[in-house]
Amino acid sequence: MSFIIRRLVFYLVAAWVALTINFFIPRLMPGNAVQSILAKFPNLQPSAYRAIEAMLGVGHPGSIWNQYVAYVVDIFHFNFGTSVSEYPAQVSTLLGETLPWTIILVGTATVIAFLIGTALGIAAGWRHGGSLDRVMPGLMFLQAIPYFFFALILLELFAVRFHVFPIAQGYSQGLVPGWHWDFISSAIYHSLLPALTIVLASIAGWMLQMRNVMITTIGEDYVVAAQAKGLPDRRVIVTYAARNAILPQLQGFGLAVGFVVQGALIMEIVFSYPGIGLLLVNAVTSNDYPLMQAIFLVITFAVLLANLIVDLIIVFVDPRARAREATR
Amino acid sequence: MTVAPAVSADPTAIPQEAAEPGRWRRMPAKAKVGVILSAAFVLAAIIGPLVTPYDPSYQNPSPSASMNAPSAAHLLGTTQSGQDVLSQLLVGIRLTLELGIIVGLVATTLAVIVGVTAAFLGGFWDELLSLLTNVVLVIPALPLLIILLGYLPQKGETPTIIVLSVLGWPWGARVIRAQTLAIRNRDFVAASRETGERTWRIIAFEIVPNEVSLIAASFVNTVLYAIGASVALAFIGVADLNSWSLGTMLYWAQSQQALQLGAWWWFVPPGLAVALMGTALVLLNTGIDELGNPRLRDASNASRIAGRWLKPADPTPVLSEISQRRNGFAGFLHSFSRSSLLDKGEAGERR
Repeated sequence: MSFIIRRLVFYLVAAWVALTINFFIPRLMPGNAVQSILAKFPNLQPSAYRAIEAMLGVGHPGSIWNQYVAYVVDIFHFNFGTSVSEYPAQVSTLLGETLPWTIILVGTATVIAFLIGTALGIAAGWRHGGSLDRVMPGLMFLQAIPYFFFALILLELFAVRFHVFPIAQGYSQGLVPGWHWDFISSAIYHSLLPALTIVLASIAGWMLQMRNVMITTIGEDYVVAAQAKGLPDRRVIVTYAARNAILPQLQGFGLAVGFVVQGALIMEIVFSYPGIGLLLVNAVTSNDYPLMQAIFLVITFAVLLANLIVDLIIVFVDPRARAREATR
Repeated sequence: MTVAPAVSADPTAIPQEAAEPGRWRRMPAKAKVGVILSAAFVLAAIIGPLVTPYDPSYQNPSPSASMNAPSAAHLLGTTQSGQDVLSQLLVGIRLTLELGIIVGLVATTLAVIVGVTAAFLGGFWDELLSLLTNVVLVIPALPLLIILLGYLPQKGETPTIIVLSVLGWPWGARVIRAQTLAIRNRDFVAASRETGERTWRIIAFEIVPNEVSLIAASFVNTVLYAIGASVALAFIGVADLNSWSLGTMLYWAQSQQALQLGAWWWFVPPGLAVALMGTALVLLNTGIDELGNPRLRDASNASRIAGRWLKPADPTPVLSEISQRRNGFAGFLHSFSRSSLLDKGEAGERR
C-alpha cells in the first residue's frame, strides 16, 4: 500500500473514532442533558424537544445499533440537527455561516506564522549562537502565553489605549456581508489584530523546532561536503540543509496545527470574532448540545484534513518518500 | 530490597554526590532560569494561600472598594465587586499548579504504561496501541474536553483532572515507546534476561531508569498542556466558577468587562502568571533536551571567543582565524598551546 493510501486509511479510522465518541458521549455521560436544556429554554416546541431527545438517545427510540446507523447517515447528509439556543436554525446553517470566518483567519495566519517561523528557524540554526539565539527566551515567553491572554493584551494596547484597531466583531456594524469592497476591507481590517495574535503566539514554536532540526542537519556530512566544495552559503542553506531539515518540521505541523486551531478558537471570544470558536462558546454557555457536538466533529475533520494535506506535501517535498513510493 | 543498600555502598556513588554542585554550574543557563522560576511558583503555591492578605471571595460592599487600581492596601488592586486581586492570584496559582501536577503525574504514568507495554509486547498489540496513541493524538483535545465537561452536571476540579489525564497521555506514550524499542535490544537488557530476571523486573529496574530524562520531559510537557487547557476551559466558563484558579480569574475579568473598563490590574496578573509558568516549564524542558543533546546548546564557547559567529560545520582553518582575534592575556596564554602553530605571523602575538 502506498504511503498516502495508508495515511488516508488512518485518518478515516481517526474520523470514525471521533464520530463514535461523539455518538456515545451523550448516551454515557451522567446527568440529564434534556432536562438542563429544558431548564434553560422552557418554551421549547414539542417537535424540537423530541428531536433533541432522539439526538441525545433519551427515550430509546430503537436499539443502539439503529440509532448509530441513523446518526451516521445523518452526519453524511450534513444533518446535525436543530440548534437549541438559536431555535429553529439548523446546526448546519450556523456552521456554514461561521466556518468561513475561522478557516480564512486561522488558515492564513497559521500559514504565515509557519513560513516566518521556519525562515527564522533556518537563520537561527545556521548562525547557531548568534543574535537570533539570544532572543529565544523572549520568544519562548511569547509561546507560553495563552492565545486569549495575548489577544487581551494586544486589544488593551492597540484598541483601548491607541485606537489603531477596532475592539471587536468581524466587520463594522451596519455593513451587509457580501462581495463588495466596503465589507471586504472592513473584514480584513477587523481580522488584522486576531491574525497578529495567532502569528506572534505561534511563531516561536515553529522557529524553535526548525532551529533544532537545522542544527542537527548542519552537522551532517553532506552539508560539510557541500561547503567543502565551495558552494555559496545561500545554496548550502537552502538546497542542502533547509530542505532536509524541513521534513520533521512538516511532520510536526500536522500535530501542531491542532494546537493552533484550539488556541485560535478560544481567542475568537476575546475579539467577538464571528467564527466557530465563538459559536462553540455560546453553545457551551447555553447548553446547546447538538451545536457543541457538531462543532467538535467539524473541528476534528478540519484538523484531519489539514494533516492529510501535510502528508501530501511531505511526499511531494521529500525525494526519499517519493522513491519509496515508486519502489512499492 | 537487597539491591538498594548494595548501590549506596558502591564506592563510585560518592564522587557522584560530590559532583552535584558542579553539575548545577554546568547546567545550561536556560535550564537554570527554568528551575529557579519553577521553584518560585511551587513555593508561591505552597505558602501563597497561607499569606493571602484578604479572603479572595470576600466582596467588599462599599462602592469605593470597587475597581481600585493597585495601592498599598491592595497591592494588585481590586475587582468590580471589591475582591482583592492579589489574594485571588495567590490562591489561583496553587489551584492551577496543583491541577497541572496531578494531571502530569496521572497522564505520564499512563504514557509510561502504554509506551512500555506497546514496545515490549510488540507485534499486534504494539500496532494496536500505537494506532490508539496516534488517533488520540490527532483528535483535537480542547473541543472534546469542552463537550465532555459540558455534559457533566457539575463542573469541579476532579472531573477536569480525569478528563485532562485521559486525553493527555499519547504524546509521552509515543516518545517512550520509541525509546523503549531502542533500549530493549541493548546488551544489558539481554544480559538480565539471560540471568533469568522476570519481565516486570527488567521493565522496572533496567528499562524505566534509563528513560528518566524522557519521562521527566514528558511530565513537564503534560503539566504545560494541563495548565494551558485548564486555564482555557475555565476562561470560557467550563469549570467550577466558585473556586479561584488563574483561569476563573480571567473568566470573571473577561465577563465583567475588565478590559473595556481599563482595569488592567485585574486580567494582567493571572495571565502573566500563566505565561511565566509556561515559560518556566518550556525552559526546563529545553534544559532537559540540551542535557541529552549537546549540539542544541548555545555554541557560546566556540563562537564567542573569536568575536565572530562560526558555523558549527566550519572546518579546521577556522582555528587560525580564532587565534588572530585573541587579545591580551588570552593571546599570551594561547601562544603556549599547540594550536598556536596555526597562527599567522605577528597577528597572533599582537592581538
